[in-house]
Amino acid sequence: MTTIRLSVPQTADRGEIIELRAMIQHEMESGFRFGSRGEMIPQDIITKFECFYNGTLFFSSDFHPGVAANPILKFYARANESGSFEFVWTDQDGQSWSDSAQIEVS
Amino acid sequence: MIPRVAAATEDEMNEAIRGMFGDRVITEGRVNVDLPPIAENGFSVPIDISVDSPMTEDDYVKQIVVLSPRNPLPVLAQYHLTPMSGRADVSARIRLGGTQSIRVIAEMNDGTLWSGAKQTLVTLAACVID
Repeated sequence: MTTIRLSVPQTADRGEIIELRAMIQHEMESGFRFGSRGEMIPQDIITKFECFYNGTLFFSSDFHPGVAANPILKFYARANESGSFEFVWTDQDGQSWSDSAQIEVS
Repeated sequence: MIPRVAAATEDEMNEAIRGMFGDRVITEGRVNVDLPPIAENGFSVPIDISVDSPMTEDDYVKQIVVLSPRNPLPVLAQYHLTPMSGRADVSARIRLGGTQSIRVIAEMNDGTLWSGAKQTLVTLAACVID
């Protein structure tokens, strides 16, 4: 089970700039660590984060091994219409996880 | 990708910058980087980045790149923004392989490049390697 935590305001005024937070549970194994037998632990990281507002991609991020485990991001959006924010994470092998949150804009 | 043991150097960071932006002029300013002055644990260091931009259709930050002269890889993260972002602020958590000055470059929609940097003292480095 992968835990995802989102923070999106439930309501906003039209045009208001809102704060979004998104966290996913992931080791972000850097590929630069050694195991107990001195062997290199292979890299296993999320490489892409995308955030869609009513289907439109408006914020994305490329993650590299320098991103800490359980990557968390705080960023902003201009609330123009009611609808949903969808958050998508994709790892180096193409596996992806997503979650969404609704917002009421008046 | 073959993992490397050696840490990146200032030169490798500059090479990564050239790879992304060529020989375009990078001006200091408009980018504010906030890191704790002392990071007790390099495995997870909070970073706050804000870029001075109105974030309108005509004038917005397109990309923000976080760079390190001392981690195994010079590029830590990239953020891609649009006018829908409303504000060019991003906060995240990064790994730091030692005391260093983290450099952040912002690319505007008109193609201009701006940069800021912040030094942080790391007492326990991430990627501790013999």
